[in-house]
Amino acid sequence: MFNRDRWKEILEVLSSNVFRTLATSFGVGWGIFILIILLAAGKGLENGIRADFGDIATNTMFMWSRNTTMSYKGLPKGRRFSFKLEDVQAIKDNVPNLRFISPRNQLGGFGGGNNVVRGLKTGAFNVYGDYPEIIRQEPMTITSGRFVNHNDIQDKRKVAIIGDGVKNELYDQGETVLGTYVKIQGVNFMVVGTYQKKDDGGGEEGQKEIYVPFTSFSQAFNMGNDVGWMAITALDGNSISKLKEKIVSVVKEKRKVHPDDKRAVGYFDLYEQYNRVESLFGALRWVAYFVGVLVLLSGIIGVSNIMLIVIKERTKEIGIRRALGEAPWSIKKQILMESIFLTIISGMIGIVFGAAFIYGVNAVLDSVGPVDMFVNPSVSLGVVVSALIILIFSGLLAGFIPAQSAIKIRPIEALRTE
Amino acid sequence: MIQIKDLHKSYKMGKNSLHVLKGINFNVEEGELVAIMGSSGSGKSTLLNILGMLDSSDSGEYILDNVPIKDLNETKAARYRNKFLGFVFQSFNLINYKSAAENVALPLYYQKVPRKERQEKALKYLEQVGLKEWAGHLPSELSGGQKQRVAIARALAAEPKVLLADEPTGALDSKTSYEVMDLIQKINDAGNTILIVTHEPDIADMCKRIVHLKDGVIIEDKKIEQVRAEQYV
Repeated sequence: MFNRDRWKEILEVLSSNVFRTLATSFGVGWGIFILIILLAAGKGLENGIRADFGDIATNTMFMWSRNTTMSYKGLPKGRRFSFKLEDVQAIKDNVPNLRFISPRNQLGGFGGGNNVVRGLKTGAFNVYGDYPEIIRQEPMTITSGRFVNHNDIQDKRKVAIIGDGVKNELYDQGETVLGTYVKIQGVNFMVVGTYQKKDDGGGEEGQKEIYVPFTSFSQAFNMGNDVGWMAITALDGNSISKLKEKIVSVVKEKRKVHPDDKRAVGYFDLYEQYNRVESLFGALRWVAYFVGVLVLLSGIIGVSNIMLIVIKERTKEIGIRRALGEAPWSIKKQILMESIFLTIISGMIGIVFGAAFIYGVNAVLDSVGPVDMFVNPSVSLGVVVSALIILIFSGLLAGFIPAQSAIKIRPIEALRTE
Repeated sequence: MIQIKDLHKSYKMGKNSLHVLKGINFNVEEGELVAIMGSSGSGKSTLLNILGMLDSSDSGEYILDNVPIKDLNETKAARYRNKFLGFVFQSFNLINYKSAAENVALPLYYQKVPRKERQEKALKYLEQVGLKEWAGHLPSELSGGQKQRVAIARALAAEPKVLLADEPTGALDSKTSYEVMDLIQKINDAGNTILIVTHEPDIADMCKRIVHLKDGVIIEDKKIEQVRAEQYV
């Protein structure tokens, strides 16, 4: 392998017809270039869409109650019902492998009127009654103070964590926030923390929220035991999509809803959406490999062809070598190494150009600012390594037929003088 | 050195079979310089190919340096060729992108001789054929006679038992032919066994023995008084 004479010979052979060598290697380089670009583009799209999902726990479903559409156990259809707090416990008892079940209540909402007052300033914000776990399902960064904790739940403390958007509307620049009070629908809550959410495409909306303990919310706004909706996250390694049927049926039974009433309980399965996107990425990657490898294949066929021609040209030389006593496998090895060398070198050039191209695209993306659904197209080291493996394999493939035909040359035929 | 008994060879050409060698018997002792003569079609090249293990016989016995040569696969044949035989061809058959020294070193490379030693030996043999100063030149920069001398140096480099020359002077003018023959005679003087296929009587006369082939059989096998090529140089 690391034989100086062999390498010298490989270089001599390949440099004896530079243009032909370049033209041949172009095919392989081009194939790898396309493969790299396609994979990078797929990755860019993937990164873009993943950024939209942010840090949200994707193995999550949201569930809310609607009107029943079937009568059941003497109850009429069209009945309005609400989840109760004990449903949470029932789900916990009956459905295994759940990580968080966060019952939630909500005030305000999109386009709602002003519901929060501080001094002379007012604003319309979403107000959520939540358990501490929600921060794990809907990540946010606490910028000062703290989030809701279990003591708040226990003692029904009237505390609130407000978003930066809320702070900007209700407070002056530089004003102390922690320890002050805001009046939510006439009830005073003490601000104990501020948060910031990663921009998830919803603009400022995500920052204009107020979180208060679930229990205090229920008491302050007369919710009783009612639960507006739930955010349920499965344990890692379990799919919420598989558990959701069970969860829904548990709730239906508790709320005396007909088991076949499909419309009484609404839900949104984030994991299913996420998986759908994931499988799209998988398909994209597959397409990239498929197309890239096919383009590469035409390059390989080119290399193989040229190697065959080279061997035809070198028939006499191979005959001489055989007459001088070179073993057939040595000739075969020589041809295979030439072919692998040629493929790898041209493939490397393809990879380098591909990387340069991606670098250029990234530079352009950086200078024109973020583009929707396309972030940081890149290829990982793993892709490069697998490209190299593909190259070595294809070099072998390209060299195999020529090498086989080279050792079929019998010295006597090769030496037969014109 | 070489024993051949009842050697037959025929080529199939479509439906017809061409019987080229019809029972060849002859022996070559160590140190002999044998000319194999015959008109074209007499089977002399076929005989040389079989001797050179480039072709196989249909039947008969071939013993080279007490080793029976039969049932050769390509790998084994290559090893035997490398170990036992040196080839000189009419068309020189140098590898044209390799320098004279590299060409000479080639058989040594197949013997896995270390690089340094190979280069030294190549230079030694080039010196022997009087071409040391041309070691770094490509075959295209050499004259016909020089090319043939490089080829002879290459054939000698592996220190073979037998040197096989197929019309070594066929592509050379008579002056260069004699120079090459002078070289061959000197190599023979040093004790090397050499077989030359030729159809030129003056070249044959410079050998020590002439084997005449006609239609696949030996019609004449005689020892002769060697004509030294020196006098013509």
